[in-house]
Amino acid sequence: MSGAHAHGSAVDSLFVEAESAVHGLAPDAKLVALVGFVVAAALTPRTSVWAFGVYAVAIWLVVFVSHVPVRVVLRRLAVIVPFVIFAVLIPFIGGGEQTQVLGVSLSVDGLWAMWNILAKASIGATASIVLSATTRVPDVLTGLTRLRVPRVLVAIIAFMMRYLDLLVRQLGRMRTSMTARCHDPRWLWQVKPIASSAGALFVRSYERGERVHQAMLARGYTGTMPTLDRRPATAVDWSRAASLPLVAVVTLIVAVVL
Amino acid sequence: MSVSQLRFTYPGEHHAALDGIDLEVTAGERVALLGPNGSGKTTFVMHLNGLLELQDGAITIGDLAMSEDNLREIRRRVGAVFQDADDQLFMPTVRDDVAFGPANLGVAADELDRLVVETLERVGAGALIDRSPHHLSGGEKRRVAIATVLSMSPHLLVLDEPTSGLDPAGRRELIDLLVGLPQTQMVVTHDLPFALQICPRSVIISGGRVVADGPTRELLADAALLAQHRLELPFGFDPTRV
Repeated sequence: MSGAHAHGSAVDSLFVEAESAVHGLAPDAKLVALVGFVVAAALTPRTSVWAFGVYAVAIWLVVFVSHVPVRVVLRRLAVIVPFVIFAVLIPFIGGGEQTQVLGVSLSVDGLWAMWNILAKASIGATASIVLSATTRVPDVLTGLTRLRVPRVLVAIIAFMMRYLDLLVRQLGRMRTSMTARCHDPRWLWQVKPIASSAGALFVRSYERGERVHQAMLARGYTGTMPTLDRRPATAVDWSRAASLPLVAVVTLIVAVVL
Repeated sequence: MSVSQLRFTYPGEHHAALDGIDLEVTAGERVALLGPNGSGKTTFVMHLNGLLELQDGAITIGDLAMSEDNLREIRRRVGAVFQDADDQLFMPTVRDDVAFGPANLGVAADELDRLVVETLERVGAGALIDRSPHHLSGGEKRRVAIATVLSMSPHLLVLDEPTSGLDPAGRRELIDLLVGLPQTQMVVTHDLPFALQICPRSVIISGGRVVADGPTRELLADAALLAQHRLELPFGFDPTRV
């Protein structure tokens, strides 16, 4: 149960250490900016191709300012690959008006749907990547609290983040011990030990939950999490963070009106 | 602290986990609580903090009797440090974890900040303040865990297996820390040399009863007594010659 696990922690591995204007912003301002930007992008009509160009330039400017390495952002963008694969299939299976591209008949509607998914997914994902790379998990939680997200919800997220690592390590140890006893699952009918270890993991987590609750009670917990907020967001934070969604909202309005 | 005729049976079991415990500890004492696995040590410790409801008997902390009304003040006076530091440290940062107890007691703002910094300095963990608990080593976790209850200015510290999982250097640092604290301490442990080193007095619990209570050195020198209660000294360790 001990030892320094400074490396390979699932929780903090997203944060990229750097000094930048984006890192320094108050987390609540960043969260609101992210949601505003992504919602504006999602509402933009898919035919306003130029608008997505504006969003892309805007978010990549933020990436540049944040000093998060471009290759880190690109690597993390890989999470949208499943959506991309799905999106690429649509023009082939879509109906309606057809067009010929390199001798293949593709659905025009399907092509637009593909573009829509690709553009919005990549812009939204890039924005989230910037947030997670410039904000530590505890700060995100503080931000959520300040934005009046119910404290119980924030506490649940906090506990999940805190214990996810332990859970993953516990699972790792159980797998190691199975492997050490020559369990080498390859086929579906060998799934039983995995299923039962999931059960064991559940019971262990449940027991840990009880012990943590006792540790909380022992320190005077009575059902409400105490407020531990220190440095509230300033007007400067808000105005800086607002620039990104502001650009997006103006673009959205222009795109809808035109 | 005074405990008299404490009895407790877990729901659905016939055997009493605690079968009439009597114990007096005076202010400033450091007492080791020894006993085999399943002897009722942890059950006893949970009672001191009101985590298990009193079934039979009485517990008094200072001038306060254990009761529903006094629970909050008793939990402030008795700081319990649990065996697995990962259970004790549940907040996202060390700072928040140390602040959790006092914040529940109504300490806030600058005073809370100052208290957290002071407490961490006191356990020699000032540099860890903004770290996440899952990034700490075993010894660091133990120090921070102790800080989380010290910040509530307890009168009595109860530590459950504080040396488990520590390397020898971490164990020695823990000893230095505990010996330097002014609080009354009750240390549950299987580590008999550790008990001898920090606690002048020891109590052996077995089968839910206090079976021996006396100077640690004398108890550990009584081979027959130890053997009777499944306690063993490490190979080559002679308590009379330390």
